[in-house]
Amino acid sequence: MSDIIKIENLCKSFGDIKAVHDLNLRVNKGELFAFLGVNGAGKSTTISILCGQQKKDLGKVYVNGMDIDTTQDYKRDIGVVFQNCVLDKALTVIDNLKSRAALYGIFGESFERKLKELSELLDFGDLHRRTVGKLSGGQRRRIDIARALLHDPKILILDEPTTGLDPQTRKLLWNAVDKLRKTKDMTVFLTTHYMEEAAEADHVVIIDSGKLAASGTPLELKNRYTGDFITLYGVTEDEVKNLDYEYSMSKDVCRINVPNTLKATELICSHPEIFRDYEITKGKMDDVFLSVTGKKLTGGNEG
Amino acid sequence: MKTLNILIRRNIKLFFKDKGMFFTSLITPLILLVLYATFLGNVFEDSFRMAIPEGMKVDDNILSGIVGGQLLSSLLAVSCVTVAFCSNMLMVQDKVTGAASDISMTPVKGSTLAFGYYISSFISTMIISLVALAAGLIYIGVIGWYLTFTDLLLIVLDVFLLVMFGTALSSVINHFLSTQGQISAVGSIVSSMYGFICGAYMPISSFGDGVQKVVSFLPGTYATSLLRNHCMRSALDEFEASGIPAEIVEGMADTVDCNLYFFDKEVSVPIMYLVLGTSVVLLVTIYVIINYRKNRKKCRI
Repeated sequence: MSDIIKIENLCKSFGDIKAVHDLNLRVNKGELFAFLGVNGAGKSTTISILCGQQKKDLGKVYVNGMDIDTTQDYKRDIGVVFQNCVLDKALTVIDNLKSRAALYGIFGESFERKLKELSELLDFGDLHRRTVGKLSGGQRRRIDIARALLHDPKILILDEPTTGLDPQTRKLLWNAVDKLRKTKDMTVFLTTHYMEEAAEADHVVIIDSGKLAASGTPLELKNRYTGDFITLYGVTEDEVKNLDYEYSMSKDVCRINVPNTLKATELICSHPEIFRDYEITKGKMDDVFLSVTGKKLTGGNEG
Repeated sequence: MKTLNILIRRNIKLFFKDKGMFFTSLITPLILLVLYATFLGNVFEDSFRMAIPEGMKVDDNILSGIVGGQLLSSLLAVSCVTVAFCSNMLMVQDKVTGAASDISMTPVKGSTLAFGYYISSFISTMIISLVALAAGLIYIGVIGWYLTFTDLLLIVLDVFLLVMFGTALSSVINHFLSTQGQISAVGSIVSSMYGFICGAYMPISSFGDGVQKVVSFLPGTYATSLLRNHCMRSALDEFEASGIPAEIVEGMADTVDCNLYFFDKEVSVPIMYLVLGTSVVLLVTIYVIINYRKNRKKCRI
């Protein structure tokens, strides 16, 4: 697969603070790429540089093969859903989309066709004449995503797109994103505080204090940074305390931490009298994040 | 061109639909109306009467026409600039809401955006100023009409030039603003100060010598004087025709800033147009240069 985004040795400082420090990353065409980090880790700065809204100090950034230092054409390949809604709240949905489409030279029938397609994809056909300021957070988010998709970008940057949304709207948005990836081979560059969303990504990069802290598929990261867990049912603490593994008890459920699946299998085979009712699970992305950064990702209240 | 049209339409719609921005722009003209309704109108009428020698008969209708012309010229002198500032705040508002970041991701040229803000602000301000002019003309029609057709055409020309000036000045200043706090600060300063420094609330002739000299360097002063001339000169001429001595009428013209002086030298109406026109060209040029430099910088990022 080819790189649609390539960042090499990116550096950006604000005074003495190194917001991004020697960052290298590659995003493959068509993949869902999750970019994780606590607030202030350098995610937004990297995105701003990627979008050409901030000047970098050092390094190279390529978007779809184009060096962003030498051309502005790469911007046509990017659609951005910013953290905050950037729509004009006093205008109707259709007025908003019409004015933004015009900036890409999309008018008349082309616009109508695009509006119909996006209305179906994001289910906002009944909101066309509504004023954006009077829409709910979820409705506004859908229109914001439609705005970012008006010009058929090759890369969709989603900066915490589902923060504060209800589960139903989150599901709708992810279904739409999945559909776009399948039908249009769109690359999605995602930052999120929801680890279950990051777990669905093809590739995850975690940055901490502006530096790359971990990179890989969710499975690779889980294998590298967390162990497995055996959840054991219907046992007493006396039965498990001599197993020589860290565990936690809750009523008659015991959760045993094991380094990997092989060790889990060995443990089960050597104590078949205890392991009567059990399940083995991989660690979660929260555990990966905690292990890599020593911080929990909770959206503004990291610690 | 189509993109520019849609951008202009978007900006105008936003101005008229954003109640906060729209009503803020009307604060200064409203202050002026309240000032005239409560005491300024009477103060000016009384001072005109006192200027007339005892025993001479004064035509109340002409006097009302003069005071009405003064109100209309003051109203237009402030609203053409303060409304332009408020409507042009959209360019700052776009930075605050993040719309500017989104727009900067599109292939639209920076010059198209800058031109879009300028034209939309100009059109919004023209609409409000022409409505104010129409309301003012109806008022003058009721209390005492002495305007000629040429006066009307020249008033429209004055409004056109002053709106061009207000829009260009606000474009240059607003370009450097980027926060809500700055919007409020600049909006408040312009709304409260401009009426004074352009001589709309109080005639420039009533200021001290030093202040008069300072304001004679401001182009807005000449715009106010142009409006004064075209809103009041015909009524003053009528006053003279009714038997009031010419020197008294000229004294009144001095008092209400129909006659304007630059370091004791009287400035003629064509020179006032030249000052105003040159200021517009200069400010628009500065605005173009600022945007050109910004776009070049953006391309280098």
